[in-house]
Amino acid sequence: MKILIKGGHVIDPKNKIDGLMDVFIEDQRIKKVAKSVSEKADKQIDARGKIVCPGLIDVHVHLRQPGYEYKETIETGLRAALKGGFTGVCPMPNTNPIADRRSDMEFLIGEAKRLALGRIWPVGAVTLKEEGKELTEFGELKKGGAVALSDDGHSISDSNILRRACEYSRKFDLVIMVHCQDEGLFCGGCMNEGFMSTRLGLPGIPAESESVEVARDIQLADLTGARLHFCHISSKKSLDLIRQAKAQGSRVTAETCPHYFHLTDESVLHYNTNAKMNPPLRTQEDVDAIKRSLKDGTIDIISTDHAPHAESEKDAEFDKAPFGIIGLETSLSLSLRLVEEKVLSLAELVTKMSVKPAEILRIDRGHLSQDSVADVTIFDPGLEWIVEKEKLESKSKNSPFLGWRMKGRATDVLVEGRSVLEDGVILDK
Amino acid sequence: MKTQWTKKDFLSVEELSREEIELIFTTTESFKEVSTRDVKKVPALRGKTIANLFFEPSTRTRTSFEVAAKRLSADIINFSSSGSSTSKGESLTDTAKNIEAMHVDTIVMRHPSSGSAEYLARCVKAGVINAGDGIHEHPTQGLLDIFTMKENKKSIEGLRVCLVGDILHSRVARSNIWGLKKLGARITVCGPPTLIPPGIEKLGVEVSYDIDSVIKDQDVLNILRIQLERQKGAFFPSIREYAAEFGISTDRMKKAKKDVIIMHPGPINRGVELASEVADGPRSVILDQVTNGVAVRMAILFHTTLVERKS
Repeated sequence: MKILIKGGHVIDPKNKIDGLMDVFIEDQRIKKVAKSVSEKADKQIDARGKIVCPGLIDVHVHLRQPGYEYKETIETGLRAALKGGFTGVCPMPNTNPIADRRSDMEFLIGEAKRLALGRIWPVGAVTLKEEGKELTEFGELKKGGAVALSDDGHSISDSNILRRACEYSRKFDLVIMVHCQDEGLFCGGCMNEGFMSTRLGLPGIPAESESVEVARDIQLADLTGARLHFCHISSKKSLDLIRQAKAQGSRVTAETCPHYFHLTDESVLHYNTNAKMNPPLRTQEDVDAIKRSLKDGTIDIISTDHAPHAESEKDAEFDKAPFGIIGLETSLSLSLRLVEEKVLSLAELVTKMSVKPAEILRIDRGHLSQDSVADVTIFDPGLEWIVEKEKLESKSKNSPFLGWRMKGRATDVLVEGRSVLEDGVILDK
Repeated sequence: MKTQWTKKDFLSVEELSREEIELIFTTTESFKEVSTRDVKKVPALRGKTIANLFFEPSTRTRTSFEVAAKRLSADIINFSSSGSSTSKGESLTDTAKNIEAMHVDTIVMRHPSSGSAEYLARCVKAGVINAGDGIHEHPTQGLLDIFTMKENKKSIEGLRVCLVGDILHSRVARSNIWGLKKLGARITVCGPPTLIPPGIEKLGVEVSYDIDSVIKDQDVLNILRIQLERQKGAFFPSIREYAAEFGISTDRMKKAKKDVIIMHPGPINRGVELASEVADGPRSVILDQVTNGVAVRMAILFHTTLVERKS
């Protein structure tokens, strides 16, 4: 099968390409990226007016299978990913059972293969059952396909356990993705601590619940030489620490999610449970700091922390509703606003959604080099659409962005040289 | 122009205008007289059904609503969470919808989750009166407190009011602050730093950790109940020290204005936040609060139950 993507604006930061080019794909691989390709193809994609870039990768999602299939399945999650322009996603291990064995990794990868939608790059647990007590078999997990380790949803509060995990991870060059949360300071909170929590009478979570653990984990990264990646950073305080650590050569990286640079804790007003996630939405000062940190490189990655929950779970008293929102289908559009606001260039955006994720996970993706596997995302930056519940692919609809007018959306996605999204429509196998 | 009541629900003092508060007070005054009659009943809500839905233990608020409803000739049914379907895991919405299916006009709810009253109001067509939601608001208590202050001090404008105690976990404090601000009082909140919520000064109140330095300026001391279980959360080291630092004793009363009034939403921990001599003393209006509570709740039940509902 030969595919020619014609007339698009190709952005391939790794190869320093940023201009109008054609992309020629043959036998699932990129064969040529050039001004004008005249090779005959079986299929041609008209990409005029669109951006063509290496496939987007979301390093932080929850697909809920096995165990919580009423919230999301691998299939509905991967469909949502395709709509959002992602060729690959990294599901966190907090399923039921917890994904802490090699066979769990193999199950996820096998399911993705069978479905022939996007790719799964699984994340294995750091500790058995995410209990923070005993290490999982990192070597086995890696053999099963794990690209990273995380006990996401929990902090590893025993510093010595995290230290050992960091040290041991070096043998396998696996990055550890940490969810920073000091349990003592978290103290059963359900929104950001501040004036809004006082006004609403909801128990608050101070920003320091995140930043004191960021500080500890930087020290552990330095102590052990391990690669640590900070999940879903939400506060200025954490970012100041990460910026300083990077300047001093610590091997740490960080991600944030679109809701942290678009919303503040004022979204919780009227006890909106779709504005409840962990870490919580913070203040305008934090939003501004996150944008600055995206610009100056303190934040490497934009992830989604896609966390589906059933309507019956979110339709409840605020303190009883679960934490988390979906994000796969809105992430690209929300991130493109950063380009409009001149926070990021398009190339920087592609870097944060494709190049860096691949680099940090050590997977051979995130570029359109000759003979590389053809995972390609094509999006129309000007396409306007409205986020409507009924049109979301995700099984759950818990988004604070329902009803928002969006600009920019993926139109075509190729996974391993195969068209899986065409003109915004998922091509079923 | 005369203010009309237009709200289906009574959820918070925050959402009330000054005019709406004054309207409730005017109605309260006329209903207060009803309770002094031989036959303590008016037919204002005859044929209406009111449900008391209490998910937290409460005696005085529930009873106060029950008395208020009966004096207005409404039928009132009591529903408490123990021994009911909620202990079998039924959701709040389902419980409320079941009650509504019995054609209840107004639901009075006490619930441990902040925001639960607003949530319920979105789920049901019946009117919802918030009888305390978590640590958010207790608007009927707020208004009865302010009504009692007004009765004793004539005007709220410029009045110096100090709320003493656990402000962080107090729905009574939040409702007092919103209402008093709207009517022009000057408010101080006083308690241990651990029990002063962050950003409270943005509500336009002064913060003090030292009752002795602020007591002399106050016209009203509204003493909040200290929840004894808070000691476990390391908010303060001991009841003894709390009483020594913040308890209103006879000694402390000597520093207060001669005409200060002492209020407490009850139930009192005697000898902790309030000495018995002060609680039962000449400056105490604590039982007036209870009497006024019935009248204020009559006014609120009256307005919300008779408001024109959109079908």
